[in-house]
Amino acid sequence: MHFQALLILLLCSITAISQNCDNTLSGSVVDQHDGSVLVGATLIIAGTEQATITDFDGNFSIGNLCDGTYSVQVSHPNCLTQGYTFKISGNTEKIFRLEHHLEELNQVLVEGNSIVDKSKTLAEKKMATQELERYSNASLGDALNSLSGVSSLNTGNTVVKPLINGLHSSRVVIINNGVRMEDQEWGAEHAPNIDINSVGNLTVIKGAGALQYGGDAVGGVIVAEAAKAPIIDSLYGKSLFTAVSNGRGTSFTSQLTKTYRSGWFGMVQGTLKRFGDFEAPDYILSNTGAFERNASVNIGLNRFDYGFEAYYSIFNNEIGILRASHLGGALDQIRAIGSDRPLVINDFTYSIDAPKQDVMHQLARLKAFKRIDGLGKLSLQYDFQQNNRLEFDIRRGDDRNKASLDLQLSTHTVLLDLDSRFSETSRFKTGAMAGYQKNFANPDTGVRRLIPDYEKYDLGAYAIIDKNVTDNLLLEAGARFDYTFMDVFKFYRTSFWESRNYDELFPQLVVEDLGSQILTNPQLDFYNASATAGASYSFNDSYSLLFNYSLASRAPNPSELFSEGLHHSASRIELGDLRFNSEIGHKFALTFQKESAIFSFSINPYINSIKDFIVIEPTSIQQTVRGNFQVWEYRQTNAQLLGVDVDARYAFAKNLSFNHQFSLVKGYDRARDEPLINMPPVNTKNGITYQNPQWKNLRINLQSQYVFEQNEFPDTNFEVFIPETQTTEIVDVSTPPDAYHLLNFDSSIDFKVNQKSTLTVGFGVTNLLDTSYRNYLNRLRYYADDLGRNFLLNLKINY
Amino acid sequence: MKKMKFLATALFATVLFASCSSDDDAPVEVNEEEVITTMTVTLNPTTQGTPVILRTQDLDGDGPNPPIVTVSGNLAANASYSGQIVLLNETEDPAENITLEVIEEAEEHQFFYTTSAGLNVTTAYLDFDVDGNPLGTEFTLTTGEASSGTITFTLRHEPTKPNSGLSDAGGETDVTATFEVTVE
Repeated sequence: MHFQALLILLLCSITAISQNCDNTLSGSVVDQHDGSVLVGATLIIAGTEQATITDFDGNFSIGNLCDGTYSVQVSHPNCLTQGYTFKISGNTEKIFRLEHHLEELNQVLVEGNSIVDKSKTLAEKKMATQELERYSNASLGDALNSLSGVSSLNTGNTVVKPLINGLHSSRVVIINNGVRMEDQEWGAEHAPNIDINSVGNLTVIKGAGALQYGGDAVGGVIVAEAAKAPIIDSLYGKSLFTAVSNGRGTSFTSQLTKTYRSGWFGMVQGTLKRFGDFEAPDYILSNTGAFERNASVNIGLNRFDYGFEAYYSIFNNEIGILRASHLGGALDQIRAIGSDRPLVINDFTYSIDAPKQDVMHQLARLKAFKRIDGLGKLSLQYDFQQNNRLEFDIRRGDDRNKASLDLQLSTHTVLLDLDSRFSETSRFKTGAMAGYQKNFANPDTGVRRLIPDYEKYDLGAYAIIDKNVTDNLLLEAGARFDYTFMDVFKFYRTSFWESRNYDELFPQLVVEDLGSQILTNPQLDFYNASATAGASYSFNDSYSLLFNYSLASRAPNPSELFSEGLHHSASRIELGDLRFNSEIGHKFALTFQKESAIFSFSINPYINSIKDFIVIEPTSIQQTVRGNFQVWEYRQTNAQLLGVDVDARYAFAKNLSFNHQFSLVKGYDRARDEPLINMPPVNTKNGITYQNPQWKNLRINLQSQYVFEQNEFPDTNFEVFIPETQTTEIVDVSTPPDAYHLLNFDSSIDFKVNQKSTLTVGFGVTNLLDTSYRNYLNRLRYYADDLGRNFLLNLKINY
Repeated sequence: MKKMKFLATALFATVLFASCSSDDDAPVEVNEEEVITTMTVTLNPTTQGTPVILRTQDLDGDGPNPPIVTVSGNLAANASYSGQIVLLNETEDPAENITLEVIEEAEEHQFFYTTSAGLNVTTAYLDFDVDGNPLGTEFTLTTGEASSGTITFTLRHEPTKPNSGLSDAGGETDVTATFEVTVE
């Protein structure tokens, strides 16, 4: 860089002889990333030492310049200082682009928004590092749960799966450091395999509009990014320690970053969490402990016009599943539901026994980018992910310690993206993606494969354009096309194959008839088109209106296509359907918001109509030697989800503010004209926060959460015969639990340890009143209450 | 720039390598190891007569076909029978005798016999675990006057032991079958 600049300077100065010294250099200084103007940037002309500062519109003007070559140094408090050398002949206009950085060490300077918008016309919710740190001991799902419109589908308290506007699993795409997570996200009891402590900021996009991440996000997109390394010479880090009373566990995480002015950086991070059995207000939730171990390392070079990055992370989590939830049929289910306490309560322990999950996710990413003049920023990324999932059931004999499910999912993806700017007001993003995925189901489990062996090939391409039509109006449009090919080897039970009539419909798929089972080789193609169009209009400085339409197409996942058998953790038989086609969602979302220091709000109504929506619901009762089981079948229907999310914040006084959140979503099966199952009930959160940055950054927060009873649900109850009483009883699996109210307290205070280090001490209590409650969206709600009171102590040191 | 080129080459090489290394071997069949397809209850009269065999058989396990429940004949009134329960996994060849596993883990298992109110039949455990609590793969069955009704056999895994019956035993149901029987 410097050498090139010097060379140009040398070459050019030869011609700079003539003297005309009343030229003016004018123009603006803008942020390289998003084109926003930089106010207060300093420009100094080398040699003459003339200096100026950009005004509120980012403009500047320097007079009395001669024809010739000048070197200008442009600096800004939040940016890396840049030198430019160019020729002046007559009045000259220049736009200087600076790399705008989050100054992590100098947090006082950063009050603005350091996170680049992912979609310009869709409602987004963000969480920055400071907020995320409060969830250091919890999971990604718990943190997301605090945002309006986001709830979670839980299996106990440690498996927390995010739900965006009522949709979850394969309908919510999770991007971890630029990599689309392929961690068997199809399963309702599979939590995202991301260490929350590795996330610097978290964005939720409530819709499929962010097409660069995929066109199948019928529900929405969650983007987790690591903190950006600043381009300065520095070494810094932080450690967080949390102790909790409920679960009697601790969590420890540490992060160290080394950065250089040259753009090189390196980061290592690790987390260790260990919890024993958690407790409801009245009893121990036996076998609900967790043991999580994660690490990540990131090295790279980040220059203004090129750079590369290598990232690796490993996530390992062992999670106990409530012992009392493991059942052997409808008779057990009726006993479990009828009892107001779990059927198994043991003494507290840290050991985790069956039923349990043991999951390992590894992710490696290589990324390089280059800014090409006249074209834009070109990036190339390759990533590899390997997800190993072991699930242990309660088994007999020699199989006792053997996993019942042992899947290895490996995914390779190559991405090529171009981010370019046609002009000052328009931006164009395009890219292509190719992916290969292989699932291997280990046959040594001695249990028929829940997910079959398959290979999957993906190809995709997208283009998104946005344009500032006027200062107030921005338009955005995009399209994406994806092709998916699946090559599957699946063993069907002969009885199932025939009962579904597959023997007549798909005789060509049969590879081998083994008597009681049939080996088949389905080869499936899916062509998915997706699109988005939107507008954002700002009325004045504080009010804005966003409108977005997104079309999302999602190919059915392996679980929806190929499930066939008893799912122990759910105590039900689940059946997929080979004939499914892609589901197609049309979502219209409107956001009206006001941003100001005193009063801010956002109202976000939406309607999402999904054609061929894949839903799983109970259809019949299956008799087996183990007793009767409820059969849940996947089917396709037309669904409609309507809802509104409201956020508001009002500052009573300088340090005191009130926060409000309200989320409502209604889901209907339009073909059957009945409510959809597992829709989040209406809920509202209200809190008061006192924060005093002047005095040790003291922060005190009291929050109330009220969750209404879900009053719309399909009736999926069924009857079983009880031999003891010779009667038939109804198993009530559909009635949602009562409404509940929780109070949470949270506080923190900073102490300066020395020039560089700050110690933050936090104290919090969740479920302050030790309320006994059950959550409609917790799959284990039939068997036990949710968590009781929990005291948390947080220690964080920055260095 | 050199770095970029190197990286790009490395990336494509990795992808090519990875995508070419896939093997097309067909997967091997998995036969359920723990599934109980068949429960046979043999009732041998202690004096004379033909044994009565109660059987439930479900060869496709959790598959769509329901179990086939058969009762070989009627029980004699005012008689005594020695009962024996055998559990088989017939998805394997030869069939695996699961009863042996149950006996081996006797402390973690118990059979329960439930008779409907009108049926004049009583049962008593014959085999016990090391703690002296009933297991129930063997039992005696005594009939009274002529009557008819149902008898249900339930195997619970990890029940509370000792217990006073099915209602407070807890645990999970491994097998359950109800048979229509007549005492004549």
